[in-house]
Amino acid sequence: MIHFVLLISRQGKVRLAKWYTQYTVKERTKTIKQVTGAVLSRGPKLCNFLEFGETKLIYKRYASLYFCVGVDQEDNELATLETVHHFVEILDRYFGNVCELDLIFNFHKAYYILDEVLLGGHLQETSKRAIHHVVTEQDALVENAKNG
Amino acid sequence: MSLRLRELIRSVRSCKTAAEERAVIAKECATIRTAFKENDVQYRHRNVAKLLFIHMLGYPTHFGQMECLKLIAATTFPEKRIGYLGLMLMLDERQEVLMLVTNSLKNDLCHKNQYIAGLALCALGNIASAEMARDLAPEVEKLMSNSHAYVRKKAALCTIRIMKKVPELTETFYEAASRLIRDRHHGVLVGAMQLILDICLTNGPSAIAEFRSKVPDLVRIMKSLVLSGFTPDHDIGGLTDPFLQVKTLRLLRILGQGDATASDQMSDILAQVATNVEGNKNAGNAVLYECVQTIMGVESIGGLRVLAINILGRFLSNRDNNIRYVALNMLAKVVAVDTQAVQRHRSTIVDCVKDSDVSIRRRALDLVYALVNASNITTLTKELLEYLMVSDVEFKPDLTNKICALVQRFAPDKRWHIDTLIQVMDQAGGYVKDEQSRALIVLISNAPELQPYTVRRLYSVLTQSHPQRALLIVGVWCLGEYGDMLLLDGLLEDEEPVAATEASVVRLLETLLKEPMEETLIKEMLLTCTVKLSSRFPNSSPQIKAILEQYQGSISLEVQQRACEYSRLFVHEAIRPALLENMPPLNEDLTASGRANISMEGGSVDAPESPVAAATSPIPAAISPSGQVPPTQPASPQLVDLLDMNVVDEPAAPAMNAPAPAVDLLADLLGDGVAPPAPMPAAGTYPPPTSPLSAPSPADWTDISPALHVHSSALD
Repeated sequence: MIHFVLLISRQGKVRLAKWYTQYTVKERTKTIKQVTGAVLSRGPKLCNFLEFGETKLIYKRYASLYFCVGVDQEDNELATLETVHHFVEILDRYFGNVCELDLIFNFHKAYYILDEVLLGGHLQETSKRAIHHVVTEQDALVENAKNG
Repeated sequence: MSLRLRELIRSVRSCKTAAEERAVIAKECATIRTAFKENDVQYRHRNVAKLLFIHMLGYPTHFGQMECLKLIAATTFPEKRIGYLGLMLMLDERQEVLMLVTNSLKNDLCHKNQYIAGLALCALGNIASAEMARDLAPEVEKLMSNSHAYVRKKAALCTIRIMKKVPELTETFYEAASRLIRDRHHGVLVGAMQLILDICLTNGPSAIAEFRSKVPDLVRIMKSLVLSGFTPDHDIGGLTDPFLQVKTLRLLRILGQGDATASDQMSDILAQVATNVEGNKNAGNAVLYECVQTIMGVESIGGLRVLAINILGRFLSNRDNNIRYVALNMLAKVVAVDTQAVQRHRSTIVDCVKDSDVSIRRRALDLVYALVNASNITTLTKELLEYLMVSDVEFKPDLTNKICALVQRFAPDKRWHIDTLIQVMDQAGGYVKDEQSRALIVLISNAPELQPYTVRRLYSVLTQSHPQRALLIVGVWCLGEYGDMLLLDGLLEDEEPVAATEASVVRLLETLLKEPMEETLIKEMLLTCTVKLSSRFPNSSPQIKAILEQYQGSISLEVQQRACEYSRLFVHEAIRPALLENMPPLNEDLTASGRANISMEGGSVDAPESPVAAATSPIPAAISPSGQVPPTQPASPQLVDLLDMNVVDEPAAPAMNAPAPAVDLLADLLGDGVAPPAPMPAAGTYPPPTSPLSAPSPADWTDISPALHVHSSALD
């Protein structure tokens, strides 16, 4: 299962952090620090997997953002990478050419989308269209409530 | 007027310094707090959203926790949405506040709007505590047969969290899980696979046996995925829903393990996946990788296994590092089952050890360790040693000890064994564990034919500048025992001659003794070595005595005591050679048990401390002037070899703990037979040191006390 999802910018700023297993505040800070250090220092052509204590770190860079995921040792690394890509594609579809700034100003929406992709650290939906559909429908519910 | 979320983000981003940012946040937090206090309903959800942003920046936001609960209890969707988000981000299962939300969750789970039920399921699945899981399990179970696929898939994954928190509930979900894998919706199916996987992991064989009947269903699902044409919703890189394929294959692996019938049922589809899926995209490789794991994990027929190994071979030669990484990872699992197949890729794997990517190197190394056997130990060790020289510091300790362990296990002959270990210690002696030095010493002491050769090699290494710690330990021990052999003729073939004379050896020891050292252990060993050489090199005896005397005033109590005692030996010229005789061959089998013995005693050794005493134990009987024949009971061999090497830096065992026979032995030797076991004289506050010769008898303390005085005056 996925233990955490972190979006970290090239400058080392956290843009999204979601934890699926229990980490104390201290552990969270420490993990973020370690992940940032490990990922930002990696060269471009190296593989996307890193041994990371008990867990394995799967990361991928998209433009200025690093998507980092901590998974169990026995998880399928390639499939996890595909899950990350799945998430990115859905963000892209939702925001239309997503960029870091979109995620900064709409961080809550990024969380909403993530909550439709993963639940409890497991993949929840494999169809991008379905996710896009339910997120926009919930947005419409919000808009309706505001206007009505 | 409350600031909008967007404006807050903008003003935080425009801050130029951290102090400025803190000020903006502090001001905003104060406003939000006031709004909370005034129970401002209109902007509550905006305030919580702002708090979430502040939370992400790392500032404390606990004062917003109750507001999240209020939002969740509200009736409209926008409030609930942000409330649940806040709940999941700012709270976790340890907070007691969480219990207050159980009732709202229960209401929302039963809400007719699928999105509200979805929010509740999501929160429950992400942060449920054991109590909440227990309370809400029946609702979640019901939702697994909800008419909306959206709710069913969330309920399935939520159930996993419930099972994790309350494992005894697992069995109640069997039926629902079996029902779910007949669902048509892919999201529900992915959830169902994961749920069954987790049920099997939680409840073990009984659950696996239960779900084995579902193998045909899974095979059918797999088949429809592999054979179906293009489906726009689930297509990734030309494959239909690789995520679901991966999950299904994984579940098949768990169910087929150790069961021939189930394995047989899935063999066709596994072969189909292995041959038809293309590995030119990441998604395809993910499926292939999972498929290979399943083929190797279940009771597959030989042909299928060959297919799987070939895929791994292809992976291994792939230029993409990710693919090579998983290939190495997988081969490491296969190697236990089918070593032969993996050996074929040995050269590629060894190349990976030198890869520029640390993740690949680590995986490759693990694999190389697994590949070593008696027939390839020499070549692989050579590779590993080459790598040891260039590897990162973080790798060295592990690598060094693994090489030592492999050499210990597979060495083809003793000379190679000794040579290799010396080489390892020469390159990375600082990382070699003490057990390894000890094992090498045992080996040398049991190979009399190689002792001259070994001591020559060690001598030439020691004469280089700054030999490594482990090497010093072994080298010094061997010089002390076999130093005289340096002067013998008879080089082995392809061996370079060493120019050593009595004087040069003594000079070497003198230099080594003068080197600044962090631990006194080596110094103590050097002194023992020096004194032993006094009987090997009678001509150099005066120099040796002079060297020893230099250390009688050493600031280290241990060193000082050894120097004093060893100097005393020169007074008893008659017994000195006998005392300093060679050690008998050390018992190889007992090294391990001896170690266990020590650890059982919490690291203290209450037995004769020294090789010399043990080795010469029969002597006192012969020379005891008083006719008192002390029990000539040799110290137990377990302790002999261990302590002899003096490798372990034991905490000084109190001399009083020494068993009576040992005390008698020494009393006869040095105390001229006067050995009334008197209580220890007040040795001041000095901790009773471990004697290098043996635990000193009480009588001996009078002999040592001058040394103590020297010591204390040195301190003054």
